[in-house]
Amino acid sequence: MYSLRLAAPDDFDGWREAARGLVMAGIPPEEVDWLVEGDPVPLFGGGAPPAPPADALQPRAPRDFPELARLVCRHRDPARFTLLHGLLHRLQRERGLLDDAADPAVARANAMARAVRRDAHKMHAFLRFREVRVEDGAPAAPLPPPSPIAVPNDPAPARNARSVALALRDLGRLEEAGEAEPLPEAPPVIAPAPDSRFVAWFEPEHHILRAEAGFFVRRFAMLRWSILTPELSAHWDGQEVAFGPGARRADAPAEDAAEGLWRAYFASIFNPARLKPDAMRAEMPKKYWRNLPEAQDIPRLMAEAPKRVAEMVARGATPPAERRQRTVHLPAHLRAPQPEAPAGVEAVMPADLLTETLDFPEAQAALRRDLLARNDLPPWVANATQPVMGEGPQHPLLMFIGEQPGDEEDLKGQPFVGPAGRLWNKALEEAGVSRGEAYVTNAVKHFKFTPTGKRRLHQSPDAGDITFYRPFLLREIGFVQPRLIVTLGATALRAVSGRAMPVTKLRGSLLRDPEGRPFYPTVHPSYLLRLPDPASKAREYDRFVEDLGQAAATARGLP
Amino acid sequence: MELREKLEILADAAKYDASCASSGTEKRDSREGGLGSTEGMGICHAYAPDGRCISLLKVLLTNACVFDCAYCINRASSNVRRARFSVREIVELTLDFYRRNYIEGLFLSSGIIRSPDYTMEQLVRVARELRETHGFKGYIHLKTIPDADPALLAEAGRHADRLSINVELPQPASLKALAPEKDAGQIRVAMAGLRTRIDEAKEARAEASVTRVALAGGRRAAAPRFAPAGQSTQMIVGADASTDATILDVSSNLYGSYRLKRVYFSAYSPIPDAAAALPPAAPPLVREHRLYQADWLLRFYGFTAPEVMAGGEGGMLDLEVDPKLAWALKHRAAFPVDVNRADREMLLRVPGLGAKTVDRIIAARRVRSFRMADLARLRVSLRKVAPFITALDHHPRGGLLDRADLRTLVLPRDGLAERNAILPAGLLARPVQLPLFAHV
Repeated sequence: MYSLRLAAPDDFDGWREAARGLVMAGIPPEEVDWLVEGDPVPLFGGGAPPAPPADALQPRAPRDFPELARLVCRHRDPARFTLLHGLLHRLQRERGLLDDAADPAVARANAMARAVRRDAHKMHAFLRFREVRVEDGAPAAPLPPPSPIAVPNDPAPARNARSVALALRDLGRLEEAGEAEPLPEAPPVIAPAPDSRFVAWFEPEHHILRAEAGFFVRRFAMLRWSILTPELSAHWDGQEVAFGPGARRADAPAEDAAEGLWRAYFASIFNPARLKPDAMRAEMPKKYWRNLPEAQDIPRLMAEAPKRVAEMVARGATPPAERRQRTVHLPAHLRAPQPEAPAGVEAVMPADLLTETLDFPEAQAALRRDLLARNDLPPWVANATQPVMGEGPQHPLLMFIGEQPGDEEDLKGQPFVGPAGRLWNKALEEAGVSRGEAYVTNAVKHFKFTPTGKRRLHQSPDAGDITFYRPFLLREIGFVQPRLIVTLGATALRAVSGRAMPVTKLRGSLLRDPEGRPFYPTVHPSYLLRLPDPASKAREYDRFVEDLGQAAATARGLP
Repeated sequence: MELREKLEILADAAKYDASCASSGTEKRDSREGGLGSTEGMGICHAYAPDGRCISLLKVLLTNACVFDCAYCINRASSNVRRARFSVREIVELTLDFYRRNYIEGLFLSSGIIRSPDYTMEQLVRVARELRETHGFKGYIHLKTIPDADPALLAEAGRHADRLSINVELPQPASLKALAPEKDAGQIRVAMAGLRTRIDEAKEARAEASVTRVALAGGRRAAAPRFAPAGQSTQMIVGADASTDATILDVSSNLYGSYRLKRVYFSAYSPIPDAAAALPPAAPPLVREHRLYQADWLLRFYGFTAPEVMAGGEGGMLDLEVDPKLAWALKHRAAFPVDVNRADREMLLRVPGLGAKTVDRIIAARRVRSFRMADLARLRVSLRKVAPFITALDHHPRGGLLDRADLRTLVLPRDGLAERNAILPAGLLARPVQLPLFAHV
């Protein structure tokens, strides 16, 4: 039997050094006693293990073993070092051992690591500092002087004595009159003084303080603090952490000025109608309660809850407040419930009437309003963000009509801002048409898609969708009054012509819609994006640019 | 009014918002000044007896409100006492609580006063004070007012880790009926706007880091910061007649369309001063719980919406058993599943096997054939999985899966305990311990 002594209960480096030697010397775990500095010397303790042979191979371990071992070393189980030694021993032959979570030793090590991680997490969560003034000793890290806090300086309406009195009585009431500017207040309640020290008492289950001190340094680097535990204490003065001997509960301050507010918050944020004490205890076990100032209120809150709920239910609905909050400063559209727009408004209005009675922006706005007011929108519209209306000048050279908005268009509320739109833009420029000469819109005004987890897959509009939106499109064409319409793809072609027609056969020819207006069909730019090989992509793109140029030339020649 | 009284009123007014998460933001700390840190993991500093995590100081700036939403305790026509914090009071409370390690940061919301812009400006001012005057590095979650000016939203995103806008109710029609001043369409447009900004900031940061690598040692490009912990929303369950199917459909649509980090379900809870349109009733906690479970199956277990709903009736989930078990009971032909051979997708369908356990089984299968004792060492509840699996030493008793009373056999033994020890609080509460939450 051999004995090894580590410098501290969480001495991972010491364990690793020693364990490597043991594995190289071929000493099995059951022949080693692990002791920690301060442990009594065992009666039948063995001596130091022999040095490994000079030609022994360095022990090997998978990448995730050191991290696991580091955590396990912090566990309070005295058998932890032997367990780890055993794992390192077996890892020399069983390379994939750590992947076998069902192996008893691996399962045990995993459970220990989990317990240590949980303990650390609970320490980050449940440790509570109390502020004390340290009279002697200058602060090692002087705090910056408290900065002046700006007081709200909105243009507040002049107050008369009565309104101030009212404000003192009930700020909320005053809000009705729109003048509840917060009143000047008392100076800060509790700011850390330069001689403040924040002291916490915590009882971890495992040997985690040394490892977790860094968390508190990163978080509270500008404060001076001490964490006291039964076996070790940590002290931060702005430069480095000093570790000292363990402490007693009584060494920590017994109260803090902020605790009253914190307990008030804890009690108020609790919803008595959702009492679930088991869920609370699962996450915040009772053993932590004695060091949590807010926990002393739990029994009372639980006891009162059923009565509070019964009272609420028994009271039922209450009549509305006599002096309800007024809406003086609210923009008109938010002030009152918006009147129900008439449903199923006749969408096809004589185009000439509209263009005569409404100016262009108003005609555009009216189209959008009327579309939104319809109560017979296709059901899939509920999933779209917003209708995407056309953009561009009135009387443009060309009016482009696409299929429907895509993902980006739906989010931004603008047509042709997605990948296909960008391609169209580029082609338009190459065809020598400026954006100022083009109006762009879609045959279908909402984004139709299939939701698939994180992506929204474009779904082509069907005949019914095209028919539904067609009157809106015709009305739009009516007030836009383009020289020439260019339909992009099959949907637009169908919407303008009123029937299904083959794009590839008709592209590049000048057609007339049922009203006799000239239009020019070509492909949709998204078709170019879908082409798989670069050669045909380039060819088709050139043809598309050619089509656009041809359309512009045709339009310029039209009366 | 005393500060303590204000705190009581304005925390009480904020408690119906389920969100309290503090996870998923960038890493920062105060070693170079200021106060606080975020390390990616959310931390729940306390739990209230309602089982909910207390991670942030969750308060309203004011509970005065000009909107008259029937479900809300702060509605214009409510008789509740009104209070208002000054910017300075909230800043001080946040710092004082933070220094004592009570909280991870602040979740600030507000009633609508004067105008959306005025209200948003006040919220932004608190965040700005904390960040700029006090160098606060902790977590900030701001409620966003849909109508507010884009410049205010941009500043909110610069200071806050997370922004949220509540859709409130699953369907626009219910919102119209119960919250006449709110506009479902506008809420969606605002969420879309946030998503666009969040995406752009993320892309800019990714590009900036590529540039940094390329210029090794060159100057650090300043990428605009916008809500690095993303956006979330909340839907009230049980205040209108929406079915579970509708709620799940809406929530997956919201996840997909606006890349939300979380859609919170909040059982409509009685409030002390109820409106006539919504008289007080016990909150549907079990239903809320089942919705969370179903949502989980949809997002992380490869279930489709019809599959999840197949376990229930009439568009409502089975309240008695969890949706995964409900599905299994209706698809017995798919079982038993051989734990030593089945693929990941099928293992994920076994009631009682979580995603993490499934991954462990698959890793361990390379070196071991599973017996029941091996599963027990992975902390699997054997009672729960036994009818649905085979292992080296386990083949479910003949006909177990064919028994008409299988449902009663696998029902949680203590139905009441299951009902009380309900998970959603735990789920909400423990964002970091579940791997599924890693990106939340």
